[in-house]
Amino acid sequence: MDLSSINSLLLLASLMVASTPILLAGLGELVVERAGVLNLGVEGMMITGAVCGFAIGFETGSALWGFAAAAAAGAVLSLVFGVLTQILMSNQVATGLALTLFGLGLSSLIGQGYVGERGVNVPDVPLGPLADLPVVGPILFRHDAVVYLSLFLCLAIWLFLYRSRAGLVLRSVGESAEAAHALGTKVVRIRLAAIAFGGACAGLGGAYLSLVRVPQWTDGMTSGAGWIALALVVFSSWRPWRLLLGAYLFGGLTVLQLNLQAAGVKLPVEYLSMAPYILTILVLVIISSGRGRAALGAPAALGRSFHAAA
Amino acid sequence: MIALERRPAPSAVWRWATPPLAVLLTMVAGGAMFAALGQDPLVAIRTIFWDPLFAEQFASYARPQLLVKAGPLILIAIGLAMGFRAGVWNIGAEGQYIVGAICGAAAGLALYPADTRLILPLMALAGALGGWAWAMIPALLRTRFGTNEILVSLLLVYVAEQLVAAMALGPLRNPDGGGFPGSRNLARWDSSANPELIVGTGMHWGVVAAFIAVIAAHVMFTRHLAGFQIRLMGEAPRAARFGGVRAGRLVILCFGVSGALAGLAGLFEVTGPAGQLNIDFGAGYGFTAIIVAFLGRLHPIGILLAGLLMALTYIGGELAQLTLGLPAAAIQAFQGMLLFFLLGVDVFTNYRLRLGRRRIA
Amino acid sequence: MLRRTFLASTALAVGLGTALGTAALAQDDPLKAGFIYVGPIGDGGWTYTHNEGRLALEEEFGDGIETVYQESVPEGADAIRTMTQMALSGADIIFATSFGYMDQVLEVAEQFPDVKFEHATGYKQADNVATYSARFYEGRAVQGHIAGSMTESNIVGYIASYPIPEVIRGINSAYIHATKVNPDVEFRVVWVYTWFDPAKEADAATALIEQGADVILQHTDSTAPLAAAEAAGGVIGFGQASDMAAFKPSPRVSSILDVWGPYYIDRVQAVMDGTWESGDTWHGIGDGMVGIGEITEAVPADVREEAMALKESMASGEYHPFTGPLNKQDGSVWLAEGETADDGTLLGMNFYVEGLTGDIPE
Repeated sequence: MDLSSINSLLLLASLMVASTPILLAGLGELVVERAGVLNLGVEGMMITGAVCGFAIGFETGSALWGFAAAAAAGAVLSLVFGVLTQILMSNQVATGLALTLFGLGLSSLIGQGYVGERGVNVPDVPLGPLADLPVVGPILFRHDAVVYLSLFLCLAIWLFLYRSRAGLVLRSVGESAEAAHALGTKVVRIRLAAIAFGGACAGLGGAYLSLVRVPQWTDGMTSGAGWIALALVVFSSWRPWRLLLGAYLFGGLTVLQLNLQAAGVKLPVEYLSMAPYILTILVLVIISSGRGRAALGAPAALGRSFHAAA
Repeated sequence: MIALERRPAPSAVWRWATPPLAVLLTMVAGGAMFAALGQDPLVAIRTIFWDPLFAEQFASYARPQLLVKAGPLILIAIGLAMGFRAGVWNIGAEGQYIVGAICGAAAGLALYPADTRLILPLMALAGALGGWAWAMIPALLRTRFGTNEILVSLLLVYVAEQLVAAMALGPLRNPDGGGFPGSRNLARWDSSANPELIVGTGMHWGVVAAFIAVIAAHVMFTRHLAGFQIRLMGEAPRAARFGGVRAGRLVILCFGVSGALAGLAGLFEVTGPAGQLNIDFGAGYGFTAIIVAFLGRLHPIGILLAGLLMALTYIGGELAQLTLGLPAAAIQAFQGMLLFFLLGVDVFTNYRLRLGRRRIA
Repeated sequence: MLRRTFLASTALAVGLGTALGTAALAQDDPLKAGFIYVGPIGDGGWTYTHNEGRLALEEEFGDGIETVYQESVPEGADAIRTMTQMALSGADIIFATSFGYMDQVLEVAEQFPDVKFEHATGYKQADNVATYSARFYEGRAVQGHIAGSMTESNIVGYIASYPIPEVIRGINSAYIHATKVNPDVEFRVVWVYTWFDPAKEADAATALIEQGADVILQHTDSTAPLAAAEAAGGVIGFGQASDMAAFKPSPRVSSILDVWGPYYIDRVQAVMDGTWESGDTWHGIGDGMVGIGEITEAVPADVREEAMALKESMASGEYHPFTGPLNKQDGSVWLAEGETADDGTLLGMNFYVEGLTGDIPE
């Protein structure tokens, strides 16, 4: 065992990259859930984003177009869910699960011609002298644009939710659609917008896998990342900065575990991989019990459908 | 302007008309997809919906298989529907299914190689208890701390998936298996085997249990006080409270029943059709059962039919792959469409379309 | 017993007949081969290579064969049903391409004594069930040789999937041949507990690279580790299962190829000739079931030649990768000087050889 071989700077840098897909998908789902909608189709939207991002990136030779297509594909798919749950009043849990099923099938159909192909290059953002700074340089300033985009999104969502009127409206819809409706808010429209945003973020997260992390298209390549993103939103108790922290913790735990193994530490890996979920349940229990509840609890209307009884 | 208006009472006509309508819509949309993939849409659709039932070459085998595939789905969905009616959201049946299989298998394997007929019943008990216990975690957290049961039960699925992998590689690994993962084959050990009861019917104990569950649920919902309380709590929680319904006890009841049934389904699967516990034992039955519960309109008979329909698309889908060379993904997308349409058209059960100006809200 | 004419018109007529759901015609129809896959064809790895084998069959026999397949079949009741339906639809031979189908194959085979079954990587046979697998450890030996020669940091990273004999065999074989050319080499093994999870594989590769590994070996199916190696720069890796040629010439400096086609052609021919017999086939480089993908110019010429020589010596049967003297990890003697490992021990291998550090997870 040789723990000194673990370079903590590189560890931190790589956990940022490792966490980006679930962070992106989680941020999107956070906004969706804040609007009172539970979309369990994250995995389906991520993988559709992954295949569309890869395919368009491959055809156009441009990563930018790839990411744009991924976001669009995720948004379009999420709107299927949106229309069903918001306009046709279907059950959100069942519809979300159906979305995942559909997305997995669809992505594999689209991806048939792209197996084994090589994706486009996504360069790191040249941050000049910043990248050469000691300690923070390697950790923070040697990444690709999407990593920074995910951080920016985190800030933007925080500003939106807590510092803007629109964010307040969105949260009120998530707390009580009926009350918001009575105040003249267009509940369905807001929820649809939130759902589309969530889909776009999930699509981006998926494309980050197929364009940056792996970069190839293979069937089922998200292998559960969407479900982790869902857990993450809960872990964060629906707050963007905590989501960031949670994503780095979730991603970090895997990266750390692998690093410890590489350093020769014997670990009960199969038990360790349960840890993030058990931790999340504990967090849930803590935030839902006692005093913290009112301040930290879930959006009250989460998962309930709403129909404006005109 | 077209608007949706809530019906005073759910429409009985639409309740029964929506599923065929949805199937029809799926055939159109799915047919378009198959055509886009270069298949004859009519042949593809007939292969999926007709051949498993009536084609002489396959039907004698495929019909009983419908029961094998639908059995666990129905068994789990019945339990879930009870909770869903009461507004208790157990979406972690997949986890309870897995843990039921683990506990049941462990109980049986602890007695290996004893030779007694008591082992399978004992395993069934252990399986049901395992599923029940796993479901008690979200139930108690909800009643004690008000923790959201949707999220806890979902998270416990991931834990269960890791657990079964650990078990298949560790404590329950077959000692005679040459170091490969996976437990002993329970279907090939007479004491634990859950075989086909009548040859050629597909009936095994899990299917029997599913039928019993359907009947019991039907009786409970129509005749029993608990059934009434469940419905009341789901439809009018406040009235339920005034009516003396103790919400906490109902939550525990609903979770307990659905967990135990899911555990049983897992146990009967691992001792019968699946045979052994392996790394990826959970094949998604617990999630599919949620969809089945909704397709069946949370009604026991509806769930029975929905489970069979779902099973038909699986088996017909496999036939379509086999005879037409359709990719598995196309079948998956087709199933997704079917679910979308079924869930979507259900709106007409509770709402009607109204032409005219919508009041500005 | 099976006389076959390969008239295109007959094949066409049968094709139509089958599509209409009628029972397969008795004699003159093409031979029908079924395949069940554990993953999607698009996995680019294990299942992909088996499907390549299926396509090779079609290529070889043309109208003389009809192949059917089923993707992503879970190991359990679904596998039984899939194989039964294949048998019912007239399949003459069925290839079950995952270890986990073992008991299901035996069960279906009992029901259809006239259908031949071929089970990949299993160890239970029956009159109509043959097993086959590839000696991938021979390919690992070549990889180990290149890894040992190429590493400058003397740290080789190994991404392992599950602690099962197949994987352990690969680690041992690679290690033995790496230390032969470079006694200072050290292996770092990371268990990821998955056959396929690109993100996790990338993380594992990155972790190994960050700890100084400059060669990455992988026993998982995705290209993610190669991508991680490329991103890190100065790190090499190998293709697994398929060639992963997109990463040539570096980081992918060579690959282990699963080449199932020739075996499938052999076995189908045997069914056609009526000479099919059950048995256990474990083929390596010599029989062409394990291929070594092109060694690129990123590897110095002398190393390339040595690697090719090693490959040839295994192909000709003159050299066995597990030849003594070899000790187990705890120092006890496994193979004496000149002794070679027997297949039984290899198939159940659950120990590391001497020099490897770390423990095999229980």
